[in-house]
Amino acid sequence: MNPRVTQILGLLQGDREADRAVPPTGFTARLTVFTAAAMAFLAVFALALSVATGRLADRWSAELARTATLRISAPAGEGEAQVRAALQVLETTPGVASARALTPEEQAVLLEPWFGPDLPLETLPIPRLIEVTADADGYDATGLRARLQAEVPAAVLDDHTRWREPLVDAANRLRTLGWVALLLIGGAVAAMITLAAQSALSANAQVIRVMRLVGARDAYIARAFVRRFTLRAGLGALVGTILGLLAVAALPDGDDGGFLTGLGFSGAGWFLPLFIPPLAAVVAFLATRAAALRTLRTQA
Amino acid sequence: MIELENVAYSYGGDSLFAGLSLQLAPGSFQFLTGPSGAGKTTLLKLCYGDLLATSGHVTLFGKDAAGLTRDDVALVRRRIGVVHQDCQFLDHLPLSENVALPLQVSGRSKEAQDNLGDLLGWVGLSRQAAQTPPQLSGGERQRAALARAVITSPDVIVADEPTGNVDWEMSQRLLTLLIELNRMGKTVLIATHDLNLIRFAKSQVVANVLRIRGGQLETGVTL
Ligand SMILES: Nc1ncnc2c1ncn2[C@@H]1O[C@H](COP(=O)(O)OP(=O)(O)OP(=O)(O)O)[C@@H](O)[C@H]1O
Ligand SMILES: [Mg+2]
Repeated sequence: MNPRVTQILGLLQGDREADRAVPPTGFTARLTVFTAAAMAFLAVFALALSVATGRLADRWSAELARTATLRISAPAGEGEAQVRAALQVLETTPGVASARALTPEEQAVLLEPWFGPDLPLETLPIPRLIEVTADADGYDATGLRARLQAEVPAAVLDDHTRWREPLVDAANRLRTLGWVALLLIGGAVAAMITLAAQSALSANAQVIRVMRLVGARDAYIARAFVRRFTLRAGLGALVGTILGLLAVAALPDGDDGGFLTGLGFSGAGWFLPLFIPPLAAVVAFLATRAAALRTLRTQA
Repeated sequence: MIELENVAYSYGGDSLFAGLSLQLAPGSFQFLTGPSGAGKTTLLKLCYGDLLATSGHVTLFGKDAAGLTRDDVALVRRRIGVVHQDCQFLDHLPLSENVALPLQVSGRSKEAQDNLGDLLGWVGLSRQAAQTPPQLSGGERQRAALARAVITSPDVIVADEPTGNVDWEMSQRLLTLLIELNRMGKTVLIATHDLNLIRFAKSQVVANVLRIRGGQLETGVTL
């Protein structure tokens, strides 16, 4: 066998021996496993939230950045000419992939939800709309505005930044909240494990005293506790993560880009939660070790 | 090896003893007697670093006991096998594992296979090897504590009333074990009230008798 593997196996073997010195405690053990599982379950959702909102923020800002609307509010009769002039300007603007005037029928469809199907559109001073799509490099919005000002004064360019920004901002903030939730979950796990370890240590004061009298070092005694809490937290987190993943996978999914239906992982993102159990084990390891060494130092 | 120089100790009130000096030479065999409450157990605890002297110097294996780190204390304990007056064990583990515990905590578990069976046979506990300490009688616990103290073959063996709860025949047997270890070069210090035990030992080895009384330590006491 690989000498490294042998070494690690040897380490685990030694730990199991130290582990035996501390009597098993069924109830706290089950509580630790349960709490770790619950926290891991929540962590999966926090992670899903972060990942999904991050994805939404990216998609919204990318999609919205590429489209813009040109609105022309010309007096009746002049509309057609102004639209033609504006299209001409747009066609000669670098960075504009396509520009297309919406037909009156299309505009009628847009307004239908508000005014009903029988709207006599011709009799109303409805502005004309031109849909502008940028190419990958994008166009210079300020320069375009200046040219339109000169050549088609009735045209207003709306590149959606006004309503895009708060949305993207909200998505980014949700993502941050997701990460904060993950950190809080990690902190709660650390606190819970510390409490559990401390109660185990004080319940086993006699064991510690005997071990010490026969020459056990603090590190050896600590290991007995550290090993079991690390294993319990890791095991609990594994169960919680699996349940969390199943729950996320079972969420209704739709590809309409909505927020609620987009909550989940995609592609390689499904592997992210697999980091939760080892992370929980690391947190438990550090928390128990700190608690054990601190308690052993303060006990005679 | 173990040296107490001008040592005083108090549990908070008056000093139990003061100006006490004692040297345990390597390979020596010593008894410590004295009335109950005179401070025998306290003196032994100073010798294995469980208590720190209120004043004076205690030197353990060449190091000042007051300056030992926690890990140093652990290493000192591995060189001193101790039989405590109140034998404490890991109550959830069988006797055999309790006796082997000093080997286990110092990473020498493998040696247990060689010695454990013989040792348990000598102290008459072969039959009880699988029982847990709460299932043992007082005398059985004492024998188990002695077995645990000597299993690592330590340089020094400190025993506090190791024969307090056993009959005369078993007392002799336990003492013989300590005498054999002394012949192998181990230093032995035994606190006891049992004068017969001291006489028995004196017929086998050169044993020095210390007596603590009224805060004073007398050496070379004759019975
Ligand atoms: N932890 C303690 N706190 C306060 N006083 C103590 C403590 N341990 C022992 N004493 C006191 O110190 C004195 C000496 O105790 P010690 O146990 O050393 O006596 P001993 O000589 O071993 O007695 P015995 O022969 O009964 O075992 C006693 O009067 C005891 O009451
Ligand atoms: Mg005593």
